[in-house]
Amino acid sequence: MEIFGISTALLGSQLLVGLINGSFYAILSLGLAIIFGLLNIINFCHGAQYMMGAFVAWIALTRFGINYWVALIAAPLIVGIVGVLIERLMLRRLYKLDHLYGLLLTFGLALIFEGIFRDQFGISGESYEVPELLSGGVNLGFMFLPIYRGWVIIASLTVCFGTWYMIERTKLGAYLRAGTENSAMVQALGINVPLLITFTYGYGVALAAFAGVLAAPIFQVNPLMGSNLIIVVFAVVVIGGMGSIMGSILTGLGLGLIEGLTRVFYPEASSVVVFVIMVIVLLLRPAGLFGKS
Amino acid sequence: MNSTTYLENKLPLLLGVLFVIGLIAPFAVYPTFLMKILCYALFACAFNLLLGFAGLLSFGHAAFLGTAGYVCGMMVRDVGVTPEVGILAGTVAAGLLGWLFGSLAIKRTGIYFAMITLALAQMVFFLAIQIKETGGEDGLQGVPRGHLFGLLDLSDNIAMYYLVFAIFCFGFFVIYRTIHSPFGQILKAIRENEPRAISLGYDVAKFKLIAFIISAALAGMAGATKTLVFQLASLSDVHWHASGEVVLMTLLGGLGTILGPIVGAATIVALQTQLADSVGSWVTVIMGGIFVLCVLSFRRGIVGELQALIKRSGVN
Repeated sequence: MEIFGISTALLGSQLLVGLINGSFYAILSLGLAIIFGLLNIINFCHGAQYMMGAFVAWIALTRFGINYWVALIAAPLIVGIVGVLIERLMLRRLYKLDHLYGLLLTFGLALIFEGIFRDQFGISGESYEVPELLSGGVNLGFMFLPIYRGWVIIASLTVCFGTWYMIERTKLGAYLRAGTENSAMVQALGINVPLLITFTYGYGVALAAFAGVLAAPIFQVNPLMGSNLIIVVFAVVVIGGMGSIMGSILTGLGLGLIEGLTRVFYPEASSVVVFVIMVIVLLLRPAGLFGKS
Repeated sequence: MNSTTYLENKLPLLLGVLFVIGLIAPFAVYPTFLMKILCYALFACAFNLLLGFAGLLSFGHAAFLGTAGYVCGMMVRDVGVTPEVGILAGTVAAGLLGWLFGSLAIKRTGIYFAMITLALAQMVFFLAIQIKETGGEDGLQGVPRGHLFGLLDLSDNIAMYYLVFAIFCFGFFVIYRTIHSPFGQILKAIRENEPRAISLGYDVAKFKLIAFIISAALAGMAGATKTLVFQLASLSDVHWHASGEVVLMTLLGGLGTILGPIVGAATIVALQTQLADSVGSWVTVIMGGIFVLCVLSFRRGIVGELQALIKRSGVN
């Protein structure tokens, strides 16, 4: 079967790749949005924390024989705890300053993390076996779907929408949203805002690490795997406008799909298409698609 | 209000001393090392014009450094123009790119501005990998230094040094004049209180854009000169790590001070040269550590701390 002279199998598989990339964009820009919402800090080491998630899973498997399913829970916890320490020891001192200092601090941390992992593991990249339960694939008739890839999409969407539900529909989420609106008022009502902030940062970081574990069997586990991805995610954030939780999820997924489509019709442009869209959106709607002006 | 500090009052004297040091330095220190410092110092000064005086954090200045390097390299090597024309071409190219990026980025402020400049610069990085003419991963190699005005042979390191020094002085003078002009005062006003500047009737967007273009062009001039010095335009100059490095140099030296970027660039280049052989990939870790230290407890930078120290000790 062909559409516009392109076989449906090719189209389908590129759309699948796009959807997977989109899931990663969604989960990472969601983490950034949550952190930005309450801390007003652009977490530049988000990419490094994603990379650390993948490495913790890889180290757990190769050094200690700890399997994928345990790592999927443990790695986000471990990296999240590192995030909590960063917030308590460093970020906390910067809240009264210009937001740019938060960006610069986390940039410095990203350099430190990347440098340490590069020294320990080199830049050649390590592979991570697909867990046995999710190996193989199914034939959908028009294309072949590796089960693991299907799992990545389902798992990340579940986590994204779970997070959305937590923030928009639960009491904890109500505190969070109130905290972003007026933290002094929320504090006066007897809610421990500093603890809430620490929790938020830890959770955002854990989201990045979770994406890292999901990514480990698909991409090479490499110290630099987060550093180029994070800039695309920044572009996603500019396009979406970081105005809403749902906005960052939808923008992430949509841009992944667009990127996949570009790879089919004009492969040379696939690595810059997100940036081109960013330029167009900036010209038409400077506040982003979901942003409040 | 007396806001000028001791260092600023004595600035002409200090600059004079630095100028003389710059003139005799190549006879005491390895010229290539000095040229590297001067190129990065100009890069950092250009960046500081934007962040320190207009309050705009560009995280994509590597795009201007790198693009100008490529343009200058291609012009000199493939078209066969003389070095000064190559540098001019690189500077103009960076200025045009600055106009393009600037007019997009100033639509947003603060961290959004930083992210937009970073994303635009990453676009340039991807293009530099993919376009055949830039040599991809290898970069542009074997760029000849050529003869200045077709006469003076620049393959001699001392001759090359004085050209680089002259370019640096010119760039520094442009920045100095910009800061100490009514235009510079308006930039500072925008940095301190943008709504007030708007209500005073200034076309804030226009001023920001002009500052961005000047900064981009001078960053490009540094990049073009660097290409001639090392006879190489490489992919690492357009990578976002280079954008981060220039932020670090400025921050370490002292944000918004005139001499800070020079001190910061010299410190970082010296550190990198010293550490490159002994610690390998720990260089990145050390740079990151300095970054964190600066942001947490050292925000005024070396020159800023010195100013504060002199002020406290009561000399004025």
